[in-house]
Amino acid sequence: MATLYEDKRGLSRRDVLKSGTIGAALIISGQAVICPEAAWAVESQALKPETMATLIKLARDIYPHDRLADRFYAIAVKGQDQLAQKDAAHKTLVEDGMADLDKRAGAGGYAAIGWEKDRVAILHDIEKTPFFQAVRGDLVVSLYNQKEIWPIFGYEGESYSKGGYINRGFNDLEWL
Amino acid sequence: MPAPYDLKDDSVVVIIGSGAGGGTLANELAQKGIDVVVLESGARIEHEDFINDEWDSFAQLAWLDHRTTGGGWRVSKDFPNLPAWIVKAVGGTTTHWAGASLRLQEHEFKTHTHYGDVKGANLLDWPITLAELEPYYARAEDKMGVTRTNGIEGLPGNNNFKVFKAGADKLGYKECNTGHMAINSKERDGRMGCQQTGFCFQGCKWGAKWSTLYTEIPKGEDTGRLELRAQSHVLRIEHDKSGKVTSVVYADKDGKVQEQKARIVCVAGNSIESPRLLLNSHSSMFPQGLANSSGQVGKNYMRHTTGSVYAVFEKPVHMYRGTTMAGVIRDEAKHDPSRGFVGGYELETLSLGLPFMAAFLDPGGWGRSFTSALDDYPNMAGMWIVGEDMPQEQNAVKLHKELKDKYGMPIPDVWFTDHANDVAMRNHAYAQGQALYASVGAMRSFPTPPYPSTHNLGTVRMSEKARDGVVNKWGQTHDIKNLFVSDGSQFTTGGAENPTLTIVSLAIRQSEFIAKEMSAKSI
Repeated sequence: MATLYEDKRGLSRRDVLKSGTIGAALIISGQAVICPEAAWAVESQALKPETMATLIKLARDIYPHDRLADRFYAIAVKGQDQLAQKDAAHKTLVEDGMADLDKRAGAGGYAAIGWEKDRVAILHDIEKTPFFQAVRGDLVVSLYNQKEIWPIFGYEGESYSKGGYINRGFNDLEWL
Repeated sequence: MPAPYDLKDDSVVVIIGSGAGGGTLANELAQKGIDVVVLESGARIEHEDFINDEWDSFAQLAWLDHRTTGGGWRVSKDFPNLPAWIVKAVGGTTTHWAGASLRLQEHEFKTHTHYGDVKGANLLDWPITLAELEPYYARAEDKMGVTRTNGIEGLPGNNNFKVFKAGADKLGYKECNTGHMAINSKERDGRMGCQQTGFCFQGCKWGAKWSTLYTEIPKGEDTGRLELRAQSHVLRIEHDKSGKVTSVVYADKDGKVQEQKARIVCVAGNSIESPRLLLNSHSSMFPQGLANSSGQVGKNYMRHTTGSVYAVFEKPVHMYRGTTMAGVIRDEAKHDPSRGFVGGYELETLSLGLPFMAAFLDPGGWGRSFTSALDDYPNMAGMWIVGEDMPQEQNAVKLHKELKDKYGMPIPDVWFTDHANDVAMRNHAYAQGQALYASVGAMRSFPTPPYPSTHNLGTVRMSEKARDGVVNKWGQTHDIKNLFVSDGSQFTTGGAENPTLTIVSLAIRQSEFIAKEMSAKSI
């Protein structure tokens, strides 16, 4: 049975999808976290799908970029599940960390808190924990090393095959 | 006798490391007809195989053997197992370096004389002067093709430099240009000119930047007197009853332990591995490690007062386009204690790609104040501070008490804490850098902390007297006549300049001394 994950206000799935501007709603179905609006899904095999869905939200709160769609954060946290599959201690670290996070958040859990600043306040409380450090430390590579996001940040990436920048604007700055 | 050499051939000079020091020394000796075996821990990765991708290149080239850190430095907190960003590959750190090639200044060879006694600092004058090194600086600049020397034109300024220069002019700095760079501005020495590719730190795929990998090593090999064994990781140096070194024990590419006999041994593994090797070569005759009668082996570790300033502007800069470090302001490199510290610093343009900016702009940083900086990435400009940090005995490369590498050898434990002078200098440099960018319209600027050290110096230092250091003015150890050190660990003090040109110059000079001593049969 599909669970509407992010909606705590009694809206139907159709209503949430239609409204669009509140961001893509994530749905859990079996072991998968699905974003029907943006047509992507991520499977979690070791971690609970609810944990994976909250990790996606947590990732955005750690490194918030409003221009980046959820799918980039989802790709970024996939490694947590992969590591949890191989390493039981890591699985425990993440699940326990997530449980602690939800407990600190109160009824409805972390993902139900509406304002980013309120969620971030909780993150400040746990920022020295091994759980937070493990998630953030991995995220700084797994998020920003996705080649697909580089154009969004104006970073052009690999250069040699294009002959360097000698003919591609290495000194094209005109505003000084 | 031509290469390759027999393991039992004790007439060869064995050089450990193939970077700026080891690679240059190897070629200089081979050109003189001296037989050389170079043992390089890393693999031979040709420049065509370098990767224009920060993390992939890091995995390909960086020295990632397990190391630990201690002391008050922030690197130990943020990157506890990465004290240094240096290279494990043929060419050593000359594959990854940015090419900045400045000479040390005259007073920087005599810091104790000029700065006096600085409490907590182990200042000492070098046993050589600038005048003695000048002819070798000249030869190194010609060898490396340093721009603004030998009739070589400076590189053109990229966007990052344009911002830097405009700010320099506003602040009244007079010594700002695109630097003395060992990067061809035009074809020279059979290598093409710079294509402004922006991945200098990832190895120059064009070969425009000087690296021993595709200059000194192949030139030496062409003489028939240089044999380079890659993936040969040195474990110990052995000696005989008279205290002379006799052979080098290493693990070959299959992990098998080999022993190469040697007439002379030259250690050039950069400033963490070199003292580690000497310490790990302890014996009943030398319980403190080789050449360590002074107790100074591993001590006085310096990394320059680095740190960066990045700033965000209203309009795009695209600072990553073009030569990463072709820009320098030299005005602050003088010794002027009225600023509140001894010694000086250079300011140099610098850029990181998005992945490394995320990792290093503010290590551990997160949340909107961090991400809003990255959102403005295309409008960022950046500079790096290279300042003279104080040698302190407590800052040292030690052998870890418990942890060992896969060969059973104790790993390096790198301890560092800033001296008050380092902090004062860095804060001054941050303020100047931020003022520079503000003067040309920066909306925000960031004082970025030092990265894992790319300049590693001083751990086997030169001294006039044996009790103050480890090697003499030739890089020859005080204790053992046929044991030399040929890398930046020789530096008595760090100066405010990037070290590579000085390392190359010392190696050229050392090769003359070694050749002379060999002819005279004194070693």
